[in-house]
Amino acid sequence: MRERQPAVNVSFDGVEYEGLLGESVLECARRNGVAIPSLCFLEGLTVWGGCRICVVEVAEGHRLRPACATQVAADMEIKIETPRLRAYRKSVLELLFAEGNHVCAVCVSNGNCELQDMAVHCGMDHVRYDYQSPAREVDASHPKYVFDPNRCILCTRCVRVCDEIEGAHVWDIRHRGQQAELITEMNKPWGESLSCTWCGKCVAVCPTGSLAYQGSAIGEMEHDPVMIKRLAVARNRGEWLDPKGVS
Amino acid sequence: MKQARIATAWLGGCSGCHMSFLDMDEWLFELADVADIVYSPIADIKEFPSDVDATLVEGAVANEDNLELARDIRAKSRLVLSFGDCAVSGNVTAMRNPLGDPLQILEAVYVDAPDRDGLIPNAAGIVPPLLPKVLPLHKIIRVDAFIPGCPPPADRIQAALEALLEGVLPPNRGEAIRWG
Amino acid sequence: MAAPIDLHEVMEREREERFRTRWRVKACSSTACLSAGAGATIKAVEDLVEREDMALEVQVIPTGCMGLCSAGPLVRMMRRGGDESDYQKVTPEAAIEIVRSHVLDEQPVPEYELDVTMPFFTSQERVVLANGGVINPDRIESYVAHGGYQALEKALTTMKPKQVIEQIRLSRIRGRGGAGYPVASKWGLLASAPGKTKYVVANGDEGDPGAYMDRTIMEDDPHRVIEGIAIAAYATGASEAYIYVRAEYPRAIERLDRAIRVARRNRLLGRKILDTNFNLSVEVRIGAGAFVCGEETALLASIEGLRGTPRLRPPYPTEKGLWGAPTMINNVETLANIAPIIDRGGEWFASLGTEKSTGTKVFALAGDITNTGLIEVPMGTSLREIVADIGGGVPNGKEFKAAQTGGPSGGCIPAKFLDTSVDYDSLRELGSIMGSGGLIVMDEDVKMPDVAKYFMEFSMDESCGKCTPCRAGTVQMHSLLQRLTEGNGSKQDLRDLEHLCSVVRDTSLCGLGQAAPNPVISTLQYFRSEYEALIHEEEVVHA
Repeated sequence: MRERQPAVNVSFDGVEYEGLLGESVLECARRNGVAIPSLCFLEGLTVWGGCRICVVEVAEGHRLRPACATQVAADMEIKIETPRLRAYRKSVLELLFAEGNHVCAVCVSNGNCELQDMAVHCGMDHVRYDYQSPAREVDASHPKYVFDPNRCILCTRCVRVCDEIEGAHVWDIRHRGQQAELITEMNKPWGESLSCTWCGKCVAVCPTGSLAYQGSAIGEMEHDPVMIKRLAVARNRGEWLDPKGVS
Repeated sequence: MKQARIATAWLGGCSGCHMSFLDMDEWLFELADVADIVYSPIADIKEFPSDVDATLVEGAVANEDNLELARDIRAKSRLVLSFGDCAVSGNVTAMRNPLGDPLQILEAVYVDAPDRDGLIPNAAGIVPPLLPKVLPLHKIIRVDAFIPGCPPPADRIQAALEALLEGVLPPNRGEAIRWG
Repeated sequence: MAAPIDLHEVMEREREERFRTRWRVKACSSTACLSAGAGATIKAVEDLVEREDMALEVQVIPTGCMGLCSAGPLVRMMRRGGDESDYQKVTPEAAIEIVRSHVLDEQPVPEYELDVTMPFFTSQERVVLANGGVINPDRIESYVAHGGYQALEKALTTMKPKQVIEQIRLSRIRGRGGAGYPVASKWGLLASAPGKTKYVVANGDEGDPGAYMDRTIMEDDPHRVIEGIAIAAYATGASEAYIYVRAEYPRAIERLDRAIRVARRNRLLGRKILDTNFNLSVEVRIGAGAFVCGEETALLASIEGLRGTPRLRPPYPTEKGLWGAPTMINNVETLANIAPIIDRGGEWFASLGTEKSTGTKVFALAGDITNTGLIEVPMGTSLREIVADIGGGVPNGKEFKAAQTGGPSGGCIPAKFLDTSVDYDSLRELGSIMGSGGLIVMDEDVKMPDVAKYFMEFSMDESCGKCTPCRAGTVQMHSLLQRLTEGNGSKQDLRDLEHLCSVVRDTSLCGLGQAAPNPVISTLQYFRSEYEALIHEEEVVHA
């Protein structure tokens, strides 16, 4: 069990809540039932801070901060639902939709997708920006899973879970900017990977239809990101260790 | 009371949005009481009429006919709505975009495919040439509102039309804007 | 263990060497002059000396940058205890003519003579570049002869670390990498950070298009950088240091590597430096050419052997840097200022420049300007003086339109602000930044939306891809600028562009993304009509 941390006052959009020193603004909001949209964050994995969906205003006039990577401090005034932040979140989402090939209608995760839900949440009814329509090849070489880079938003949950929880580090990113892409091993087909343990954690945590079970049809793929939270919590508590101290 | 003049149009799409439109079933009779459908693929009208109050456009802009009709619609409609995911985002129709030059795609489909006679259909004035890229409607003309969905469920279309008949834009929050 | 270098003895020896011959031929062997043919020029002189048996009369000394790169190769004839003549565009044939004329006939050669009384030379104040055109970068003795390593000796033997930081505080020097953070504050943070292992990192990952200040410093005065690092490490309690240099600077890497070896051999680095208890190891780390690795957290990731992507701050590197240990990153030019500050005192340094921007700044003058090259001026010098006097104005009778500072993170300053004082705060007020020192002059023919598009393309290509707004936002901004500059843009495109400027600026993870919209924002601020003139009448035009 983690020790009880000192409590401080924080406010979300003017309403006061209890914050605990040492927790992030995002954790604090979730614990108090306050919604802060986020995509790359996943409890149990290290903080990445790349999607920028969870940016909040901390005190007036200041630079925006990612809620996932900002520690709670005493008397922190956090703004989530300002017109500016709403507009920014929507723009960032539109940028994500424009850079890949997210065709919801024919996606294995249609109806079970964090990106799609986020679009609903943020009021994205169309994308103002130019669709980049990149040519990306699906990797269906793995006997159990499929990787469709067209639907990848580079949240790196798969990279992190494979490295941090499974300890295999099959996934990583190569290239930079708009060429940045996920690869397995040294850019070998996933099916030829020697380090992949077939554990499926990457598939479980994927927020979109990018990682899925082989054979999933439209709308059939359901992810289970909470599994990682359960694993991480159990690991932190040492639940696999013998209670008598003999491991 | 003067009847509202509503139109629906079909660009590069599968007509699923119009099927969903028909799924409004008996509400279509109520619609007919207050609105005239002045143009639609499910009505036999050849020319897009003038003075339309609102046009629901299904499909993405994929070829020169689509382009021409889209511009005609914009010129003759007070409100234009992107009707369904293809009009909103390009959707399945736009899945050819990553493949590049449309000629290559036509060759793959009509020339390289084994069960074809090796000819790309070509009939001036009948088969419209493809545009280099499939684009969502709002990249071609100004669009006033969006009704996403593939297809938009019938109740979503009904809610949109009810709003339009009351003189307001369709709801653009919550589940009303879910894609897919 | 060998005895440490005796600085005074070396100075004496070098003085004798200097007076050994009647003539010294100093030839700029910096990258710009080399690419103009300085290699052949130097070889021609050396051959001449050998062929005509002049070795007792003439010594040839390759030096670092003399500044006026557009007139290279540059050669200086120095008579023992007497006159100097400077020559420009010295071909091998010209060099032979010049040397023979001086040595045999005591006659200058007016044809190639360079007028060193012109403002380009007289209006400069050289602190960082003081050794440029003076010392031979490959000889530590040459550096020592001109006061090198005296500051380190002074700091190690007569000052406590706190006193060193106090001098830096008095100098009020701000970081030369662009943001202008007070150097003493950074040093103080590292000094007070807990832990045994601390790192000092010199940031030589210069990447702005047209900028080559840091390259020149590293190539032409490598020991100056090393001395600055050593003083910084002593003041902050660090025992390990890295110099991060991009792979595109092979000469800088080679010279720094050699300088480090030589310094170690002379007990200026390594264990028990100058017989004190101060130890420091310095290594060069080579970047793979990503612009983002100039961002300090990405730079640290790259040194650790990871992908060069920025990390979230806080924690700041002074708390958790290289391998989790407290780390301080200083720009190369900042470090090159340290030895003079310790030598001559913080107050002397603070007397240069302005109240809030002290000292001098090196700029790389480029673009539509007569004298392209490397200059160093006191902070607060007006843009007009830099462009019109030192730079010699805009060539071909064209009008000055704007100056771009800060590279892809900076902005454009229009003609009406020519009298602006060039310092951190004034440039920021105008929507630009000091940046690392790139200064690109543009004449009346330059179209500002094209400039914005150029820099946006740069930022787009150099985005690391970690955060959405920078990775995907720069792509969209570039495509909007592309459409606008082709004359196919709409009013909506301009609105989308402006909105994206705010999104990318406010939501990006690191400085690269946050500053990427600056060239657009500043050109929109001062040259909006140029954008509006590009707009197609219709609302939406894409097909």
